[in-house]
Amino acid sequence: MKRRNLLKTITAATLASAVLAGGAYAQETITFGASAPKTGPLAGGAAVTHWPAIQLWVNDVNERGGIDVGGTKMLVEVIEYDDATNNENAIRNIQRLATVDEVDFLIAPYGTGINLATAPIIAQYGYPHLAVTAVTDGVDEFAERWPNTFWTLGTSRDTASNAVDVLAGLRDSGAIGNRVALVNVADAFGIELANAGKPALEEAGFEIVYETSYPPTTQDFAPIISAAAAADPDAFVAFSYPPDTFGLTAQATIANLDVGAFYTGVATAFPGYLGANGAAAQGVLGIGGVNINDPGMVDYIAHHEEVTGATPDYWANPVVYSTLQVMEQAITQVGSLDRQAVIDAIHNGTFDTVMGEWTFDGNIIRDYYTVGQWQDGKFVAVGATSPDLPVSEAVVKEGWE
Amino acid sequence: MSLPTTREWQIAVGGLIVLIGVALVPFFGSGYVLSLTVNIAMYTVLCTAWAMFSGPTHYISLATAAFFGIGTYAVGLGLETLPFPVLVLVAGACAAALAAVVGIATLRLSGVYFVIFTLGLAELVKQVVTWWQTNFTTSVGLYVFTDFREQHILWMLLGLAALVFITSWAISRSKLGFAMRIIGNDETVAKHVGIDTARAKVLLFVISGAFIGMVGAILAPRFAYVEPPSAFNTMISFQVVIMALLGGTNRIWGPLVGVIPFTILMDQMTAYFPNHTPIVIGLAFLAIVYVLPHGVTGLMADLGKLRKRFKLVAANAGEGA
Repeated sequence: MKRRNLLKTITAATLASAVLAGGAYAQETITFGASAPKTGPLAGGAAVTHWPAIQLWVNDVNERGGIDVGGTKMLVEVIEYDDATNNENAIRNIQRLATVDEVDFLIAPYGTGINLATAPIIAQYGYPHLAVTAVTDGVDEFAERWPNTFWTLGTSRDTASNAVDVLAGLRDSGAIGNRVALVNVADAFGIELANAGKPALEEAGFEIVYETSYPPTTQDFAPIISAAAAADPDAFVAFSYPPDTFGLTAQATIANLDVGAFYTGVATAFPGYLGANGAAAQGVLGIGGVNINDPGMVDYIAHHEEVTGATPDYWANPVVYSTLQVMEQAITQVGSLDRQAVIDAIHNGTFDTVMGEWTFDGNIIRDYYTVGQWQDGKFVAVGATSPDLPVSEAVVKEGWE
Repeated sequence: MSLPTTREWQIAVGGLIVLIGVALVPFFGSGYVLSLTVNIAMYTVLCTAWAMFSGPTHYISLATAAFFGIGTYAVGLGLETLPFPVLVLVAGACAAALAAVVGIATLRLSGVYFVIFTLGLAELVKQVVTWWQTNFTTSVGLYVFTDFREQHILWMLLGLAALVFITSWAISRSKLGFAMRIIGNDETVAKHVGIDTARAKVLLFVISGAFIGMVGAILAPRFAYVEPPSAFNTMISFQVVIMALLGGTNRIWGPLVGVIPFTILMDQMTAYFPNHTPIVIGLAFLAIVYVLPHGVTGLMADLGKLRKRFKLVAANAGEGA
C-alpha cells in the first residue's frame, strides 16, 4: 500500500534526521486518532467546540513533555480525518485509525448521530469512547450497551427542565409573568428538548400561549417572532440549533420582542453569538454555561485564546478538553497503554479537569451546567443539575439595546 | 428470451468467483479494508440499480436518497416487530410502492423536469418523515441496534449485488429491455411502434427503486441511529450519478468500473485533503462530462474500435506493398 510506504519513508526520514542531529532521545509517542467534521453541516460547530480543544490539549501535554506512562514521558501525536458530517465516512475513518494507523487511543467524534453510529466499531476495538457532543436521553441505555462509552454533556431532560427552573425562579421573584412562547427546531435535538420542556413548563404552572416548530432549513423567522409577539408572552423559549439561534435572536432584536426572558438553544454559548448580537445579547439565556468565576476556567479561556487564536465556547469546548484530561490521567494511573485497563480506570477514578472534579456515575457525568446567560459580555452559568455547582443569579432581560 | 450463450456462462462463472473472493475479505483484510469494501459494495448495488433505469432511458434520477431513506426507515420502525430479512423485503416493497406512485405521476416528464422533480422528491419525503415524527412520535431519531457487524452487512450486500446483476442481465435480454433501448434512443419512435412507454418506464423505475430501498435497509444497522438528515442524504443521489456515469451505463458492469476508482479516490482525498472534498467532486463531474462522456466503458469501446481501424489500415498497407 502506497500510504504505508509513505509513512515508512517519513518515519525513516524522521529517524535519520534525529540520528543526524545527534539527539539520543528517540522519544516514544502515543498516537490519538480523531475523526470529526471539517466539512458538511456540523463543520461550523466542530470548528468552535471540537478541533481547537484538541489542538490546545496536544499543545499543553507536549509542552509538559508528554504523558507520563509508567515513568517515561511520551509525546502525543494526533491523526486527524474529516468525516464530512457523514456516517459512512465516520465509520471508515474509525476503521482506518484502528487498523491502518493503529492508533493507541481515539478521540470521540462530533455530533449525536455520528457518536452512535461509530460506537459499535469503537467498542469492537476496545477503545475508551468519551463522547461529548451527544446530548440525548438514551445515555443510560448506551452506557449499558457499550461499557467503554462515557457520556459527559448530559441529557435533554435535564437540559430542558433546568431551563424551566430558571424561568420559574424569575417568575417567583416577580420579574416575569406566567406566559411562555415555546418554539423548537424540528430535528432530533429540538424535538427531544421540546418534549421534555413542555410538560416541565406545565408542571411549573406556566401557561404556554404560543407553540410551534420549524424545519431545520428555515431562513425567515419574522413570522415566528411576530406570531409569538402577538400572543403577548412574558418569556420566549426556543430549543434551536446554530443557524436558527442567530436568526431568531436577530429577528427578536428587529421586532423589539417585549419579553422578560429570552432563551435560545445551541450556539447561544458561542463567542460568535456575542459578536453577532452585541449589546442585544445582554440577558439572553441559553444552553450550556461554565463556572466563569472559577480561576481555572478564566485561565483556560485566556490560554485557549493565546494558543489557538480563538475564544472557546462556554459549553462543550472545555468539556472536550476535560475528556482528554481524563484520558491522560487514566493512562498515567494505569502506567501503560492497555485500553481495557484505561477504561476501568476511567470507570473508577476521580479526575481533575477544567470543568472541576469529575467522577463517572455509571459511565455518565451527572453534575453539569445546563443554563447560561449573557451578563455584561460574559456567558455565566445560571442553572446546573446539582446544587454543588456554583451558579450566578439569572437577571431579567431588559430590551434589545 | 433465449438461453445464455457460452460467453455469458463464462462471465457468470467469473463474476461468481469475484463475488466469493470479495466475500472472503473479512477473513484476510484489515477492518479498514473491510469497511472500504462495504462502501464499494454499497455503491456498486446502488449504481447498478440506478443504471438499470437511467442507463437505457437517459433519465437522470436524483431520487436515490428517497428510496434509500425509505429502506432505512422501514428497518428503523420495524426492527422490534419483524425479523430482519423480512424487513429488507418490506423495505424493497415500500420503495417500490413509492417509485410506482412517483413514476406514474412524473415519468411523463422528461429531461430537466424529471431531474428536478426527483431531487425534490428526496427532500419531500424527508420533510414528511420529519413532520410525522415531530407530531406523532416522541423523537426524530430511531435506534437500530442489532448484532450485525461489518462482515454481515458486506455479505448481505454481495448477495444483493448478485441479484441486481442477474436482474439487470435478464431485463437487458427481455422484451422490456429492448423496449427501454428504443425509448432511450427515441421515445416518439417507441410510441409509434406500439410500445407502452409509460408502463415500461414505471416498471423499470419500480424495480430499480426496490433495490435501492433494500440497500438502505441493509445499511441501517451499520448506522445504529437513523434520523432524516442521514437517511435522506442528497449526497448519496449525486455520488451515485457521478460514479455510474464515470463507469458508463451502456454495460451492466459499467457502473462497477466507476464505483471502485471513485470510492478509493474519495477515501484518499478525505484522508489527505480533508478540506477539499467538495472541490474534488466538482472536478470529477467536469472531468466525466468533458473527458469521458460515455464513461470508462465507452472509452474502452472507442479504443476497441480505434484498434480495429488501425489493424484494418495496417492490413491495407500490407496489401498495397
